[in-house]
Amino acid sequence: MLDVNKIRADFPILHQQVNGHPLVYLDNGATAQKPRRVIDALVHYYERDNSNVHRGLHALSMRATDAYEGARARIAKFINAADPAEVIFTRGTTESINLVAHSWGHAHLKPGDVVLTTEIEHHSNLIPWQQAARASGATLKYVPFLGGDAEGGLDLAALDTLLTPQVKLFAFTHISNTLGTINPAAELCRRARAVGAVTVIDAAQSVGHMPLDVRALGCDFLAFSGHKMCGPTGIGVLYGRRALLDKLAPDETGGGIVVSVTYEGATWKPAPERFEAGTPNVADAIALGAACDYLDSIGRDQIAAHDAVLAQVAMEKLSTLPGIRIIGPRTGAARSGLVSFAFEGVHAHDIVTFADEDGVALRGGHHCNQPLMRKLGLTSTTRASFYLYNTEQEIDALVATLRRTLKFFIG
Amino acid sequence: MSADLTELYQQVILDHNRRPRNRGKLPTANRVAHGDNPSCGDQCSVYLRLDGDRIAEITFDGSGCAISQASASLMTTQLKGKTTADAQKLYDEFHTIVTTGQAPEEISDLGAFAGVHAFPARIKCATLGWHAALNAIKGDPADATTETHKD
Repeated sequence: MLDVNKIRADFPILHQQVNGHPLVYLDNGATAQKPRRVIDALVHYYERDNSNVHRGLHALSMRATDAYEGARARIAKFINAADPAEVIFTRGTTESINLVAHSWGHAHLKPGDVVLTTEIEHHSNLIPWQQAARASGATLKYVPFLGGDAEGGLDLAALDTLLTPQVKLFAFTHISNTLGTINPAAELCRRARAVGAVTVIDAAQSVGHMPLDVRALGCDFLAFSGHKMCGPTGIGVLYGRRALLDKLAPDETGGGIVVSVTYEGATWKPAPERFEAGTPNVADAIALGAACDYLDSIGRDQIAAHDAVLAQVAMEKLSTLPGIRIIGPRTGAARSGLVSFAFEGVHAHDIVTFADEDGVALRGGHHCNQPLMRKLGLTSTTRASFYLYNTEQEIDALVATLRRTLKFFIG
Repeated sequence: MSADLTELYQQVILDHNRRPRNRGKLPTANRVAHGDNPSCGDQCSVYLRLDGDRIAEITFDGSGCAISQASASLMTTQLKGKTTADAQKLYDEFHTIVTTGQAPEEISDLGAFAGVHAFPARIKCATLGWHAALNAIKGDPADATTETHKD
């Protein structure tokens, strides 16, 4: 059990009133709040160590380089990568996936190939593959998702027919940002590997919420953002297996990635430098390392259990509201700490505006999931997404504000 | 409920949201334009029958929040029978209302949207249908989107 009161004391932002009510922050799927330790890491860096990395010979540059590379090693440990060089710093999940789509896609995809993804992907793990398929002449196919009580679970039977030797790459989300589905990532990687496909996991919603081990998953690439796991915005990671990275050309080129340059061309440094052209985001990388320290001090297994309890309680309490449709897996299926729902006759944006009046922060809209929304027969949902500092009392506040909103619009 | 929220969800807005006027496709339309708010997924199509420079008939269809749907509904009641020049003038007045909260006394029900100005994120909801209508009047084949208009 988490000591939530103690955890809440670590997050300065939580202790404020919004529209005259204590802030109830239930928009963690969009971004998580930052503990004092992460904020302090940023302040410390800018007050003591700020300098460019890998180039200078002076004390500050050496300190900054040590801290930056230390953060890389820390994050490698956080996801159990075999080698810190497998951790490439990016701006976030979107840039990480685009890097694979561009660099790997350009080198390997050709007409007749198949890129496989799923019907439940965030736009950031969908559009890069549409573009890569279009550029290469490859075909993009989708693993369907199931309805009913298993709503949002992938149709694993269909995977048998879809995973042919023509599939060169399979990209899928670990946890759906809209449905809350937890995909059986290790099984999906194993089945993809059996046909020789490279695997890409979107771990944006999972890496800060549950124990994650890239070697146990058996993935080739894995992408995530710092800001959804208590780290800063503007920093993220692409994990890639060393054997693949060493054969990949950089997507962005410039300073810091080359061994030697002539007027005719250049030769690349090995990973990770090869993929980090220009001055990197040193401060935020260091603070992301601090976020790893913080989450491990709590325990991601504990956080996952806490998330699951809150999701369960939320679904039970929300289901007492008239006319609610709860989206995503229900009984028994693997589900993360987020719950999306919709009401007939009350739009998500009106709900979010009313909730905000009561200090409750929610997300309303299509969640960067437009094709999925169409399949669900919805234009938008409201989403409550939980994290380590949320409480059952906050779920009561959520239900109370929803009840008030329904009364206003429906009577 | 706060004064701001009461002001945002005026009775006239709730009424148009519950019982939208002139909703549905217009079989006799000679102009149609579609509006999208990509940040929230709201959609609105506006169908017009232009008779010379007069809006003889107008309907809308779409999905979205109470503000966007009520605004489109109320707009159709205001624009029917107006000239295209009047329509542009009414939109300019409406835009002033939703961005400043200042409504001239003679403006009729459109003044109900004055409360929107206190919720800047919702201004795009209120203007979505209007953008589609103005595009339809212009015969602009491009879809209206709140991202290429100022509001």
